[in-house]
Amino acid sequence: MLMDMQFAVMGAGIGAGLVAIGAGIGIGQIGGSAMEAMARQPEAFGKIQTAMLVIAALVEVIALFGVVVCFLIYTAGTAAT
Amino acid sequence: MTKDGTLKICKKLIICGLICLFSMSSLQRAYASDASEGEGFNPGDMINHHIKDAHGWEITHGVVVPLPIILYSEPDGLMIFSSSNFFNNVHEEVAYKGYLLSHEHISRVDGQPVYDFSITKNVLFIFIDATIMLLVFFAIARGYKKNVGKAPKGVQSLFEPVIIYIRDEVVKPSIGDNYQKYLPYLLTLFFFIWFGNLLGLIPGAANMTGNIAITAVLALGTFFITNFSGKRAYWSHIFWTPGVPWWLRPIILPVELIGVLTKPVSLMVRLFVSITAGHIVVLSLVSLTFIFHSWMVGFGSTVIVTLITIIELLVATIQAYVFTMFTSLYIGMAVEEHH
Repeated sequence: MLMDMQFAVMGAGIGAGLVAIGAGIGIGQIGGSAMEAMARQPEAFGKIQTAMLVIAALVEVIALFGVVVCFLIYTAGTAAT
Repeated sequence: MTKDGTLKICKKLIICGLICLFSMSSLQRAYASDASEGEGFNPGDMINHHIKDAHGWEITHGVVVPLPIILYSEPDGLMIFSSSNFFNNVHEEVAYKGYLLSHEHISRVDGQPVYDFSITKNVLFIFIDATIMLLVFFAIARGYKKNVGKAPKGVQSLFEPVIIYIRDEVVKPSIGDNYQKYLPYLLTLFFFIWFGNLLGLIPGAANMTGNIAITAVLALGTFFITNFSGKRAYWSHIFWTPGVPWWLRPIILPVELIGVLTKPVSLMVRLFVSITAGHIVVLSLVSLTFIFHSWMVGFGSTVIVTLITIIELLVATIQAYVFTMFTSLYIGMAVEEHH
């Protein structure tokens, strides 16, 4: 592999890892406050769970932007060699 | 046997069934043979091949359903033929009547522009999705006609809670009194995206809703409906934002206009990215087996792929719901009366 391409592919890997950190923090916070709310008011369990899943899907999408970009960099890096 | 006992056994059977179903996906068996021929396994190429559109439907390795190619170019006019003409007996790419298919891109040998209107894999799956929707909804309508005044039965009882949920929890709260006008489009949107996402999870099927052109058209639908049903209050909020000093309003105008554009663009990118990235993750985990050439890795990868595919089923439903919810929200904001 060309030296530049090695760095590009490494960048893609590091990028994907960082993106995962962002998603983890976001969804963790959503889950945490959902757990707290459910503990405070067990009757609202269903509504809170539905809202939590929907918002988690929205936050996850932002992380997936990063995954797709890193994947494109990887394929471009391996194809250019 | 007690009711609890049968329930537990049913749950175990379902889990075993799902693991068997996803471990026997033709993907794993098909690419096992590839490792021995020629060059090593390239996961990037394999994943790209599965994510992207194609001119033939490759159900499994070697079983290819050729799809119609429909081309228009200035010298030849309209040409319609089967995509199998582009390959010879040893499955190499050959030019056909002056056209060449290379990496799913059709070009003329003499370089003039050619317009590709072919029925590709994704277009075929739009038709399959539409057929499934027509079958399901005509069955539901017949059920309603037959069971007037009685409890719902069959397909009707499967989809009725979903339809009522979309109507009462998503469309009516967002749009208000005028919701009947928009309800058919929003229900169609929800079920098209939902069935499309679910179809994409079947091994051998196309990544249809993960094609940015298809999500772009769905977002264009939202864009046209919101802006053509926008009332005076909606447009005056954009061009002459109330509640801010008069000298600030011309500065806010470009921001508001960009806001009109970013809403459909975010819908388009959200659906495309979540479905495509889901497929990339599943395919990457499957290709772990072929990178390591190990039985243990194969076993672990199968378990993880099963679990992640179950999550993808959830994501399929959630992304359909989110797209419909945001569309009805934007329509609601556009048709809102001035308060």
